[in-house]
Amino acid sequence: MKTKWKVSPYLYILPAFSLLFAFRLIPIIMSFVISFFDWSIKGTGKFIGLLNYSNMLKDEVFWQSMGNTFWLVIIVVPASIVFSLLFAVMLNQIKRLKGLFRTVYFMPFVTSLVAVSIVWKIMFNEQTGLMNTMIGWVGIEPQKWLSEARGIFDIFFSGFGITLPKWAGGPSQALFAIIIMTVWKGLGYNTIIYLAGLQNISKVYYEAAEIDGASKLKQFFRITLPLVSPTTFYVLIMTTIVSFQAFAQIYLMTDKGGPLNTTKLIVYYIYEKGFDTLDMGYASAVALALFILILGLTVLQKRLEKHVNY
Amino acid sequence: MNEKLRMSIIYTVLSVFGLVMIVPFIWMISTALMTQSEFNKHESTFVPKEEYHVWDNGSEKQKVLFVMDKGDKSIVHLLDKDGKIVEEYKEAPRSQVTKVKKVPSFHWANFIKAFKKVPFGIYFANTLYVSFVSLIGVLITSMLAAYAFARMEFIGRDFFFYLFLSMMMVPEPIYLISSYVLLDKINWLDTYQALIVPWCVNIFTIFLFRQHFKSLPQELFDAAAIDGCGTFGMLWRIMLPLSKPIIATASIFSLIGSWNSFMWPLVMTNRPELRVLQVGLSYFNQEASTQTTLLMAASTFSIVPILILFFMAQKQIIASYAKAGLKD
Repeated sequence: MKTKWKVSPYLYILPAFSLLFAFRLIPIIMSFVISFFDWSIKGTGKFIGLLNYSNMLKDEVFWQSMGNTFWLVIIVVPASIVFSLLFAVMLNQIKRLKGLFRTVYFMPFVTSLVAVSIVWKIMFNEQTGLMNTMIGWVGIEPQKWLSEARGIFDIFFSGFGITLPKWAGGPSQALFAIIIMTVWKGLGYNTIIYLAGLQNISKVYYEAAEIDGASKLKQFFRITLPLVSPTTFYVLIMTTIVSFQAFAQIYLMTDKGGPLNTTKLIVYYIYEKGFDTLDMGYASAVALALFILILGLTVLQKRLEKHVNY
Repeated sequence: MNEKLRMSIIYTVLSVFGLVMIVPFIWMISTALMTQSEFNKHESTFVPKEEYHVWDNGSEKQKVLFVMDKGDKSIVHLLDKDGKIVEEYKEAPRSQVTKVKKVPSFHWANFIKAFKKVPFGIYFANTLYVSFVSLIGVLITSMLAAYAFARMEFIGRDFFFYLFLSMMMVPEPIYLISSYVLLDKINWLDTYQALIVPWCVNIFTIFLFRQHFKSLPQELFDAAAIDGCGTFGMLWRIMLPLSKPIIATASIFSLIGSWNSFMWPLVMTNRPELRVLQVGLSYFNQEASTQTTLLMAASTFSIVPILILFFMAQKQIIASYAKAGLKD
């Protein structure tokens, strides 16, 4: 059948399209344009070519924010995948209380990031926070958490009298606190996704493995893990994208990305440059750098997916 | 491994981690019920408890606030029934002052105090207004567009479809700055429109509806066409009644999303009377950073409505998120 020109299909997509055009497409293009301007809050700005970009490459805080974001992503993503898969596999095997556990694990995901950030900020308080109380129960001395700029590897090894060079110190303890909270917040969603993925695996494989006398552990590595890999890729991509955008935690739990900028993440830096320093051209350049990074990683992960999928 | 042992290990691990997941909420509520001094002195962890001293001079028992010991005397403040200090720095014989064991006591008044300090009523109203109006917008724009994408043939359909898809891939922080500039140019900053209109469309919801509309059998439409049903009639009379589960799913995503959205309203509004709940809460976090118990009470406030919604429809909500994730 040949496609005919009709008016009505266009009328149906018009409301959605016009909103997306005005509030998505135009801003995306504008963000690209603004990045070539010296653009403060009012007025039109001055064209400065690639100056924002060359400034960005020389900006130490930019690189530190990128490094912090990198640490967050590199820890949050695997931790979240391992824990949520573990929970999902266990939930998949039980019958009683399954619903209750699912609800409990999912609760942090539906609650607002603002409220739970406030709660976790108070939990990480040096003097009165729950974290120090709880680690005290197992004999660990109180930590400074959100006000500690020293790297976690540095802190760990200095306990054994080993001094690490500065570059090997790892993310600051403050950033580590943010990481713990971020994993906690997203865990329930990934668990639910994994649980749905696991339910799609046919029981036949496990029955056959059982007859062959394969251990549960072997079954997990030989059947579950390969067959759930499409879900793993979905979780990997989603968690990566979401982690790169972490903002509210930093805004609410830290003092402007402190101490010593060790918790300044890239989206917070965009916000700060745009709305505190009012250097919107520069902020747009950083936003574009982030976009290219996320896009590149997504494409890379999709490529990888084709090689690994069953 | 023995099956029973395996199961008990699974239940133990799940319970321990389950506890880890909800401990912040439990602690939030118990802190919200403590007095500030109790929290600051770190006297109780989970159950708010009151600790006080009693001065028993043989004939009369008096509730007191202990200050310090001085020789064989104790220095105390005298308290009335409500715990208010009526007389300061009284000296009492040390033997007559005894510490009373901690008893659980919940300070529900913290919630009232927090509610009085922060205009939560306005914040709630703003959040509800913004959430529901944009939900209606999302449902209308999504169903119309999805109808065209799913059941009509037209030139440029694939182009528009992929254009939408690629716009979905761009995260919000990327266009936050330029959206601010745009809304500034059209004088929309600090208005309700700024919070509602850009969010009256949701690309993901369009795909959700498109998927569903595609799955409906063609016979249904053929029969309707014979009965003289027009293009819009099919959407209104046939697809809408058959889409209730998808409408529910889309509504859940939209409501939870706009209830919890923070960065956009933070940036686009400034006037206190336009603040939504999350923004209001974040301002309170800055103003009252030392009033921990009130902060916790306020956080509890803002979490409770969404948790009630969650508990009422948790099966549906969890299933929706699971399904939507798999479709990707």
